[in-house]
Amino acid sequence: MRLALLKAGDLLIATLLAASCFGSFYFLWYHSGRASHVLLYQNGQLVQRWPLRLDSRFTLHGPLGLTVVEVRQGRARIAADPSPRQYCVQQGWLNGPGSTALCLPNRTAITLEGDSGHDSLAY
Amino acid sequence: MTRWHTDTTLQPSSYDRQLARLAAIGLALSLLEAAIPSPLPGIKPGLANIVTLIALYQLGWRAAVWVSLLRIVAAGLMLGSLFTPGFWLSLTGGASSVLMLGLACHLPARYFSALSHSMLAGMAHLAGQLLLARLWLIPHDGVWQLLPPLMLSSLLASVATGLLTLKLLEQLPPCQAKPLPSP
Repeated sequence: MRLALLKAGDLLIATLLAASCFGSFYFLWYHSGRASHVLLYQNGQLVQRWPLRLDSRFTLHGPLGLTVVEVRQGRARIAADPSPRQYCVQQGWLNGPGSTALCLPNRTAITLEGDSGHDSLAY
Repeated sequence: MTRWHTDTTLQPSSYDRQLARLAAIGLALSLLEAAIPSPLPGIKPGLANIVTLIALYQLGWRAAVWVSLLRIVAAGLMLGSLFTPGFWLSLTGGASSVLMLGLACHLPARYFSALSHSMLAGMAHLAGQLLLARLWLIPHDGVWQLLPPLMLSSLLASVATGLLTLKLLEQLPPCQAKPLPSP
């Protein structure tokens, strides 16, 4: 087998893969759509699904006490929580679809649910 | 010493010796690589894949499968990660990449070199691992968020291993062992 160093097909495949790599960065990280709803979990059970465009405050009940969830300006956060290390509070505001704040000791969590970023699809 | 009831002794052929040598080199590379610190779990150069590619070129596809699987199991034994999730991830990655190599070695050699094979196998490796992770280890769609950085690192690593393989295949003496026909 004779081996010339680079061949045309190599460049083709490299280009295709590099393009799909940039595509994955673009679609999965940069342009990942907007979050539309926040899901509130208590002890592993979904207790509320709330649209992010409506500002609100919720309290979730856990074994340690109350977890306060705040929804404002299309974002959501855990405003207060009795968990000792405060990880979920320190996470701050959640923006992107799929982002989650877990208050594990108090068994509460919030997750943002996304839509695809399209207002409508027409064929 | 007890003897087998058959007197035929198993003679390793030069093919077997070459295969075992390649698997041992791959194992050494795997162990060396395990000592390199990595910024993110899952990002590593994958130097042992050079050996799989060389086995594919010198001995054929079956040998590449053997070299790859022997190396993964032996590295699992030596690093103490046998049957841990990391081992299954690496086994899935190895299996998907040799399957991809089995398809890719039918690409016309006039237009596609070892570099293409390396890149395609690297992508199959990543795809297999991410699918296993999504289905079994982390059954949450958040796993896909890992795809962009892993894909970038996998692409860079597979280009590097592909170029190294091309360079090595130029310099290596042609193998004495007869290659088996690849399926």
